[in-house]
Amino acid sequence: MIKEWFKSGSPWIWLTAGAVTINLVLVAGLLLLIAFRGLGHFWPADIVEYQYEDASGRSTIIGEQVDTSLLPAAQAKAAGHQVLNDAEYLVQFLVKTGNRDILGSDFRWIQQQYIRHKAEPADLISVERREWGNFYGRLKAVKEDGSIIVQGEAALAVAQEKLAAALELHEQIDVLQNKDVGAINYGLERLRLKQRALELKGEWDDAHAQEFAAQKQAYQQKYQEIQVQLAKLNREIKRASLVAVEAGGREVNLPLHRIVKLTQPNAMSGLDKMVEYARNFVTFVSDEPREANTEGGIFPAIFGTVLMVLLMAVVVTPFGVIAAVYLREYAKEGFVTRIIRIAVNNLAGVPSIVYGVFGLGFFVYIIGGNIDRLFFPEAAPAPVFGTPGLLWASLTLALMTLPVVIVATEEGLSRIPKSIREGSLALGATKAETLWRTVLPMASPAIMTGLILAVARAAGEVAPLMLVGVVKLAPTLPLDGNFPFLHLDRKFMHLGFHIYDVGFQSPNVEAARPLVYATSLLLVMVIVGLNMFAITIRNNLREKYRALEN
Amino acid sequence: MTESRTTQSKPTLFQTATSDSYQRWRLVKDKLAARGVVVGGLSIIVAVVLIFFYLLYVVFPLLLPAKLEVAGNAGYGVPAAEMGKTLFAAVEEQNQMAVRFTDAGKAVFFYLAGGEIVANQALPVPETSQITSFAHGSIDNGVVAYGLTDGKVLVAKHEYKLSYPDGKRLITPSISYPLGNQALTIDKSGQPLLKIALAVAEDRSTLVAKTADNRLLLSRLSKKESMFDDEVTWEASDTLLEVAGDDVEYMLVDKQQRNLYLASRQSITVVDVSDAAAPAVKHKLNLVENDSQINSLAFLNGENSLLVGDSKGELAQWSLVRNDQNYVNMQKLRSFKLADNPIVALSAEQRRRGMLAIDSGGQLAVYNSTAERELINTKLLQGAPQVLALSPKADLFLVEDANGKILTWHLQNEHPEISLKSLWRKVWYESYPKPDYIWQSSSASNDFEPKMSLTPLVFGTLKASFYAMLMGIPLALFGAIYTGYFMAPRVRQYVKPGIEIMGALPTVILGFLAGLWLAPFVESHLAGIFAMLMVVPLSVMIFAYLWQQVPEPTRHKIPDGWDAIVLVPVVAFGAWLAFELAPSFEAWFFNGDLRVWMREEFGIGYDQRNTLVVGLAMGFAVIPMIFSIAEDAIFSVPKHLTTGSLALGATPWQTMTKVVLLTASPGIFSAVMIGFGRAVGETMIVLMATGNTPVMDLSIFQGLRTLSANIAVEMPESEVNSTHYRVLFLAALVLFVFTFVVNTLAELVRQNLRQKYSSL
Repeated sequence: MIKEWFKSGSPWIWLTAGAVTINLVLVAGLLLLIAFRGLGHFWPADIVEYQYEDASGRSTIIGEQVDTSLLPAAQAKAAGHQVLNDAEYLVQFLVKTGNRDILGSDFRWIQQQYIRHKAEPADLISVERREWGNFYGRLKAVKEDGSIIVQGEAALAVAQEKLAAALELHEQIDVLQNKDVGAINYGLERLRLKQRALELKGEWDDAHAQEFAAQKQAYQQKYQEIQVQLAKLNREIKRASLVAVEAGGREVNLPLHRIVKLTQPNAMSGLDKMVEYARNFVTFVSDEPREANTEGGIFPAIFGTVLMVLLMAVVVTPFGVIAAVYLREYAKEGFVTRIIRIAVNNLAGVPSIVYGVFGLGFFVYIIGGNIDRLFFPEAAPAPVFGTPGLLWASLTLALMTLPVVIVATEEGLSRIPKSIREGSLALGATKAETLWRTVLPMASPAIMTGLILAVARAAGEVAPLMLVGVVKLAPTLPLDGNFPFLHLDRKFMHLGFHIYDVGFQSPNVEAARPLVYATSLLLVMVIVGLNMFAITIRNNLREKYRALEN
Repeated sequence: MTESRTTQSKPTLFQTATSDSYQRWRLVKDKLAARGVVVGGLSIIVAVVLIFFYLLYVVFPLLLPAKLEVAGNAGYGVPAAEMGKTLFAAVEEQNQMAVRFTDAGKAVFFYLAGGEIVANQALPVPETSQITSFAHGSIDNGVVAYGLTDGKVLVAKHEYKLSYPDGKRLITPSISYPLGNQALTIDKSGQPLLKIALAVAEDRSTLVAKTADNRLLLSRLSKKESMFDDEVTWEASDTLLEVAGDDVEYMLVDKQQRNLYLASRQSITVVDVSDAAAPAVKHKLNLVENDSQINSLAFLNGENSLLVGDSKGELAQWSLVRNDQNYVNMQKLRSFKLADNPIVALSAEQRRRGMLAIDSGGQLAVYNSTAERELINTKLLQGAPQVLALSPKADLFLVEDANGKILTWHLQNEHPEISLKSLWRKVWYESYPKPDYIWQSSSASNDFEPKMSLTPLVFGTLKASFYAMLMGIPLALFGAIYTGYFMAPRVRQYVKPGIEIMGALPTVILGFLAGLWLAPFVESHLAGIFAMLMVVPLSVMIFAYLWQQVPEPTRHKIPDGWDAIVLVPVVAFGAWLAFELAPSFEAWFFNGDLRVWMREEFGIGYDQRNTLVVGLAMGFAVIPMIFSIAEDAIFSVPKHLTTGSLALGATPWQTMTKVVLLTASPGIFSAVMIGFGRAVGETMIVLMATGNTPVMDLSIFQGLRTLSANIAVEMPESEVNSTHYRVLFLAALVLFVFTFVVNTLAELVRQNLRQKYSSL
């Protein structure tokens, strides 16, 4: 019977069906994994207080439980752990204890068998700091100018109030320090370059010297004013601080200007937590990174990615469309089109890192180097365009995504019925007019599809960008308030590279991991979303033309 | 623009004469558009060709031979000839000046261009003694020494100070005395020193001397700084070597002051002098055949290898090598044949493993040892040279010929360390026990021998792609077979884009998950992963068989072609079961831990980030690409072929294997090729999921480094236009050419297939 069954071929069909299933399970599992880990990052987790007793004595541990590991007893013993009571498994929890400045690290493995007591008291606070990671403990008092102004129950409300004020001040200081002082520095640098350029041309004279000195003077004066303001704000922000007690019972002074956020997650209701969750998400996408990118937000990376992709789209669309139009509308099927198709397929198949190498050598060093020599001799020896930057990254990726646009546009063009072109030509339009007025407008959704796919591809590509302009931390955005506003020569941050850098190059991978998952989730959502959108457009388009043909 | 014109004089159909210019403008626009589009279309070809030729353009200089060019004039007489015969000459860093040390104890600095004297200085040789011998220390620190008749040694050093008064470069030469400007006593009995050798470093120095009565003396000087002032004294410890000095012709001490090489006309004795109080003879052996003699001896850069020039024109590189029995031995790593005359002058480059040799007939050769490359072999002089000096950058050298004339040459030799052999074949690197394939490109020090073998990288690339394909091909092709032929259209509509979306996932995310989530998971669930390979297909089969037994009416509730969806819980259950069973399985067969068992039974090591992880992650990345193309090929097999086959009584599976697969096989082939091309070029996954160790190891549990990851890691730190930079471009070129071949092949096959289908 089994023999017959095998003879019918049906088990093999089932096996192939199994392969499809495995593929589907893999895709779904991967997306779920990223979603689960990424979304968890924003949830205000409860803080647990453990009474712990192991070989080294009794202690209290406060922190978030982030992971659990089950080790079979045999393996645990082999690894040098003691297993009490002949348990089958050794259960360990990874606890994020924070307080890196006191404990030396953010995380600690503890074993369930040594936990004497476990509770989640409502009065535990979680403090997000600008340095040294989170703090967990209890709030004791609020100090101002060195003396305690409030203690006990009421302290939290006062602390929140003072923190809000301090955050506002911090915002002001930030604007002054980065935007205003940045603008002054930028202005001074431009003055220096202008002076150098004039000197190189031999046009530098006393009139210029006086004018420049006056401008410099103005900048200096502005700078002095800002410094005075900054000093005042700094004095103000440093007045208040919190007194908190950590797990070991020690009192810790937490200056308010080093604090980003203060919460009591255990005291929150479900609704509170959801609000907090949303707030965390907004902070994540709109904030600057802190602590070597392992904390804070990813705004500059999002901004850099979007800007780079937009520039790339501007370049790749005309080239891709023209190439597709040539293949479909102008070229006769034959040797040349065969070669072009092979070329397009090769462009699609060349490893992305090769584009990076080409971009670095050709765009950056050859074209950029010559631009510097011709147009920016005053900046030498510092390169302007002769170094990796936004423009070159966009061009490199435009070259890389060209085939995507070509293939999609070609498909769109091929679906437009011949009758439409013939109608237009019969009415006396030239070929170019037909193309411009009827064919391309009809193909525009297809072009759009290609563009979206290209954008999705470019947003996720990292390897070539590592060579042509991405950095782990860019001091300034490539778009700002200083003339000429869009700085094509600047280096930028990128979501994909951010994942690589934080996940693999950062000193504190364990602490950064949730952030990497969250970043991955964002990237995956954007890319899968873009792809779905492109597929939908394409399907609609197919339906439309099918209708047209009939 | 055209709008405004038309409103001015709107042409009616019959009024064309008034708008002649407008009509002409339309035609011009049409022509221009046509031209533009053609140019745009052809520019795609230009782009591909440009990438290829640009990569080639950067790589090309690696292949160029060295070039030799006479500098400036036809030479000039030795500057300050009255100061004595030249014993040794050296060129300074900027190639402006040179110095010659004479047998009268004078140092003469002169301009290279015309031989004008810049300065000359008499070294403080005591009046009571004469010069009997001369030696230079490590060539890059400018130390020389004179041995005297009264058993003393005078050590001097030539130095150059750069300054920029009025924006112009000024070089000021000077002589300093690193061990004090008094001659040091080596032989307390005051015998003349016939031969000397030295190595001078910051805090300790070694001097070796052969006295007139053939004793060999070793003196180790250690720096002592006084507690009270900055005065420096050198504390000496002297030892008499227990080696007969009778036939010692050449003596060399390496800059690490570890080994002393004593060479006679034929043999060499290596003495370990790391402990100066107890020097130990390591061993002695013949360097040349019986009928020839050692004619010149010098260190190669790094001072781990000796260059031995013999009387028959052979130049050999010898180095201390640790053999299998952990015994250090002198080994001949390679040799070059200059011509048939004795080699009389040898000069090693200071920053690379290169050297110049001239024989008694005036024949010059330039070699690189790592690449085993002869860059130049040409007749330079009539007769033997007196002195040969190579500049620190190895781009210029001077020769004093037999007639006392100084001649200089420019040497253009940018990338000598690359040859086909050094890139692709085993090379015997210094202090390695045997020839090997090694990639180790960069180091901070000039003494480092760069090891740029692309073989381990290509090996790593192919290994990673092989395992990726091993995982990807079955899943993708089986999936394509089912989706393209058996699946219900309504399901297919969602499944196909669903799997294709996988391909859109950024590889950086796959790499990140592979490195930080999958690698530790695989490490702790290794047995489970292997169990899954068995359990999941088995559970699908068992389910299929049981399904067969279910009564027909129930079975038919699930429509045809929905099997894949029905199987979802089965596959999930199979995977769960595999991981659930694995620990007990491990306990029964592998003493509880598969990894420990493998290590103890077979000596198989385990890296956390290994090929298995890469294979899984990259397999996942290539599935959608192979799946999509193969599915297209299977789906577009003309329906009349399959219906015909079914009508003749073939089962669906027979139709599949005998008709559909055969017809679609070119498409499937091209799908596999394109997937392979993708796996070969993939960067981020391998970068993050392997340890990036360039080892050549077949084990699936070891890491690897691929060409692409290597470029990503090293390119940002590589100096523009350096050899390293060009070799990385070569790696990119290799990737480009490889994928070009694969993709072109796949595309040609596909184009043929398309034609075949359209004719069917």
